[in-house]
Amino acid sequence: MSDSATSHRQSTPFAKTSILATNARTRRRKAAEARFRLYGLIAVATGMAFLALLLVAIVSNGARGFQQTFVTLEIELREDMLDKNGARDIEDIKKVSTFGYAPLIDSGVAAVVTRLGLDAPFESEKEYRKMLSSGAAATLRNYVLENPEMIGRTVAFRLLASSRVDGYFKGRVTRESVARDKNLDAEHLDLVDRLRDAGLIEKTFNWGFVLGADASDSRAEQAGFGVSMLGSLFMMLVVLGLSLPIGVAASIYLEEFAPRNRCTDLIEVNISNLAAVPSIVFGILGLAVFIQFMHLPQSAPLVGGLVLTLMTLPTIIIATRASLKSVPPSIRDAALGVGASKMQAVFHHVLPLAAPGILTGTIIGLAQALGETAPLLLIGMVGFIASNPPETWVEGFVAPNSAMPAQIYEWAKRADPAFYERAWGGIIILLVFLVAMNMIAVLLRRRFERRW
Amino acid sequence: MSHSWLALIVLALAAVGCLAGRARALRSAGGDARRLHSLPSYYGANAFLATAAPALLLLAVWIPLQPIYVESRVSDLIPDAAIAEGGTRELAMADVRRIAEGLDYAVRRGAMSSDAADSLDIGGGGVRERLAEAGVALGSEPRPEILLAAQRYREISRVGDASLAAIALILAAGGLAWALARGDRRFRARIVVEKGVMTLLAGAASVAVLTTIGIVLSLIFNTWEFFALHSWTDFFFGTTWSPSFSGRGGASELGVVPLIWGTLYISLIALLVAVPIGLYAAVYLSEYAGPRARSIAKPLIEILAGIPTIVYGLFALLAVGPALVRAFGEGGALGLGWMPGGTAAMTAGLVMGIMLIPFVSSLSDDIINAVPQALRDGSLGLGATRSETIRHVVLPAALPGIVGAVLLAASRAIGETMIVVLGAGAAAKLSLNPFEAMTTVTAKIVSQLTGDADFASPEALVAFALGMTLFVITLGLNAFALYIVRKYREQYE
Repeated sequence: MSDSATSHRQSTPFAKTSILATNARTRRRKAAEARFRLYGLIAVATGMAFLALLLVAIVSNGARGFQQTFVTLEIELREDMLDKNGARDIEDIKKVSTFGYAPLIDSGVAAVVTRLGLDAPFESEKEYRKMLSSGAAATLRNYVLENPEMIGRTVAFRLLASSRVDGYFKGRVTRESVARDKNLDAEHLDLVDRLRDAGLIEKTFNWGFVLGADASDSRAEQAGFGVSMLGSLFMMLVVLGLSLPIGVAASIYLEEFAPRNRCTDLIEVNISNLAAVPSIVFGILGLAVFIQFMHLPQSAPLVGGLVLTLMTLPTIIIATRASLKSVPPSIRDAALGVGASKMQAVFHHVLPLAAPGILTGTIIGLAQALGETAPLLLIGMVGFIASNPPETWVEGFVAPNSAMPAQIYEWAKRADPAFYERAWGGIIILLVFLVAMNMIAVLLRRRFERRW
Repeated sequence: MSHSWLALIVLALAAVGCLAGRARALRSAGGDARRLHSLPSYYGANAFLATAAPALLLLAVWIPLQPIYVESRVSDLIPDAAIAEGGTRELAMADVRRIAEGLDYAVRRGAMSSDAADSLDIGGGGVRERLAEAGVALGSEPRPEILLAAQRYREISRVGDASLAAIALILAAGGLAWALARGDRRFRARIVVEKGVMTLLAGAASVAVLTTIGIVLSLIFNTWEFFALHSWTDFFFGTTWSPSFSGRGGASELGVVPLIWGTLYISLIALLVAVPIGLYAAVYLSEYAGPRARSIAKPLIEILAGIPTIVYGLFALLAVGPALVRAFGEGGALGLGWMPGGTAAMTAGLVMGIMLIPFVSSLSDDIINAVPQALRDGSLGLGATRSETIRHVVLPAALPGIVGAVLLAASRAIGETMIVVLGAGAAAKLSLNPFEAMTTVTAKIVSQLTGDADFASPEALVAFALGMTLFVITLGLNAFALYIVRKYREQYE
C-alpha cells in the first residue's frame, strides 16, 4: 500500500489506484497465503497418510499370520508298530518315539493317494511326510498316549501342514522357488493341489498362533504368541504393583509436603531427566544392577518388570501431580477447617478426588511400558524360545520367559519368511491390547472427569 | 528359613500387633474412644509400623548384601593355583555358587539327604554323577578346592540366614512390645504414625534420585573397567569399529566415531522429515483449522506417537526397505543402483522421521498457542495476511520454544533403538551415501550385550562405555534445550 505521507512530496503524478482493483503485489501476497495454507494442509494430510499406510501394512501383512494350513488325514494306528506286546501298557507305548509314528503318517497319505486314484509320484513313501509339519508325529503320539485304547483303529486327524506347504497356500512359495528348496519338490505341490481339490487341505484360522508357544526355526508352522502374552502379563503385574504405589507416594510428597529447598529441586530435576533418558540406558541399568549385581534370574518377567517400573515412574508421577494440582484448594481448606491434619486432608479428601486422573495416567503409562522392547533385549529376552507356559504363579514371575515385543523382534530376526507374517500378526495382537488400554483410559477420563 | 516365609511371619506379627495396639488403647481409655488423643486406628497403625518397619528394613538391606559378604569370605579359600586354565576368579566363584545352590536344591527336593550333602567330598569320587542323580547338572568334574569352597559357602549362608531370622524376629517382637507398652490414651499416635508415613513418602520420592545414581554408577564402574582394558583415546578418536570375536586377546578395534556419525546422520534425516511436516501441521492445526477438523486430525496424529517403536522397526525392515530398494537399488525403477540392500540409513531415517512427527507437532502446537492473541491481532490490524502474520510475528515469538522442541526431538532420535536395530543394518561405516547401511551407538549396545561375549571382555564392556556416551549426549541436549528455552523465552503478561 502506498504511504500517503510520501505521496504528497512526489512532484510527478502517479497512477490512481482503486482499492477494489487488486494490484500485482496484493495478488502475490494472496497467492503466498494460499500456498502457505496449502503446505499446512499437505503436512497434516501427509501425517495422516503415513498413519494409514502403517495401518494398512500391518493389517494386510498380519492377517496372514492368523491363518494356517491344516491337513485332514485318516490314519490307522497300527498295533504292530505302536504296541508290539499288545498289553496296552503305557510304559511300552511311551517307548515308541515320534520316529515310530512318522511311517503311519506316510501310510495315511499313501492311502489317500490311492483312494483318489492318483499316480504315486514318489518311489519312497517317506517323501509324503515332508508335506506335513515335523511336529505332526508328536501330535499323533500325544493322542495315543492319552487314548491308548484307540490303538488298532483308524482315526481322523487334523494335522498341521509343513511351513512350505503353508507358504504355497499363502503365495510365499512358488514352483520356481521350490526348485531350489530341498524341503519340498514340485511333485509335492501337485499332490497338494489334488488334495485341496478333494477338500482335505484347507487354510483356516489358527488358534494355535494366539494361544500357543513359540517353536524353533524348523517348525515355523507351530510358532505361537500365547506364552509371550503371559510373560507380558506377569511383567505388567509387576509394573502395576510397584510403580503405582511408589509413583503416587512420590507425587503426594512432592506436591503437598515437600519444603521448597535444594533437596526437593534436585528430586524434581531428576524426575524430568529420567523422563528423557533413552530406554536402552534403563536396559543397561537393569543388566548391571539386577542381573550382575543382584543375581536375579536372567530373562525373567520380574527383572523386566523392575526395569519397566523405573521407566514408567516419571510418567505416573507427572500425571499424578497434574491431577493433585487440579483439585481445588477449597477442598483442602475445608478439610483442615473441620479439624483434619494435613495428611488426613490429603489421604481422605484430595486423593480420592484425584483418583480418576491418577488411574488414567497409570493406564497410559502401562500402555507405554507394554510396547517397550530395548530394555528387555538387554536383560536376556533375545534369542530365547518361550516354549513352555509357566506352571505356577511363582514360576510365572521367576522362570525365563519372553514378552510380546521381544517375541516380535525375535521373529523378525529369523531367516525364514514364515516368521515375518507371524511378527506382523503379533503386532496386530499388541496393537489390539494398546488400543483397548487407551480406550479404557479415555472412557474412564470422560466418565469420571469433574469440572471444578 | 526362607526369606519369603520370614517376611510373611513379620507381616503376620504386625497384623496381630495392629489389632492388639488398638485394643490396648481403647482399654486404657475405658472403652470410650473420645478420651483418646488420636483415632483408634492410629494406635493400631502405630503398632503395625513399629513391628514391621525395622524388621523389613533389616531384611531389605541384609538379603542383597549377604551373598557379597559370603563370596568374599569363601573366595579367600580358593588359591590362585586352583583356578582353571583360561578362567577367572569370577568364573570359579560362579561355579562355587552353582554347586552350592545345586546341593541346596537337591536337599530341598529330597533327592539327597542333608548329611549326605554336607559330607560330599572329592574323595568319594563321582561327584558329578551323584549330583546328576540328584538333579543337579554340572559341566565337568569339580576340583576339590571348588567343592570345599561350595560346602563352606553353604555353611556360612546357613549361619547368615539363621542370624538374620533371629535378629529380624527380635526386632519385630521388640517393636510390638514397645508399641503396646507406650500405646495408652495419652500417647500421640497420630503424630508418630504421620511422621512415619512422611518418611515413607519421602523415601518413595527419592527412588527417582536412586535410579539416577544407579544409572550413573553402573555406567561409570563398567566404563572404568573398560578403559582399563582398552585405551580411551582409541575409543573416542578411532575411526574403525571391528570387534573381534575370536575370544580374548584378539585385536579389536573399537572406535566410536563411525557409530556417532551413523547416529547423527540418521537423526539428521529423521529431523529433515519430521520438522517441516510437524511444524507446518502444527501451524495449520492451530491457526487455520476449524475446531471440528482439529478435533479429528490432532488425535490421529497423536496415534503415531503411541505406536511402539518395534512396529516402526518392523515396518522399516519389511515394508520401507524393500520399497526403497525397488526405487533406488540396482535395476530399480530409477535405475540408479545407489542402494545395495534394504537396510540403510535412509530407511531408518525416514521411519524415525514419521515417528517424530507427532512429537514436533504437539510441542510446537502448545508453544504457538501460548503466543498471545494480541500480537496476532496487532499484525492483522496493520494489514498483514494470516501467513505473513505467522511467518513474521508468531513464529519468531515462538522460536525459542520451537528450537527447544526440535532439540528434544533430536535427543529422542539419538536415543532410539529398535528402528535402527531393525532398519539400519549392522555395518559401522563412515559414508556420505544415505542409501548405505550404517549403524548407530544404540544398535551396537544391543549387539555387543546380546552376543556370546563374556562379560569381562572389552567387547562386552564397550557397550557400557557406549551407554555412557549416549547418556551424556542426550542429557546434554536436554539441558541445552531447557537452557535455550529459559534464556530466550518471552514472558508475556
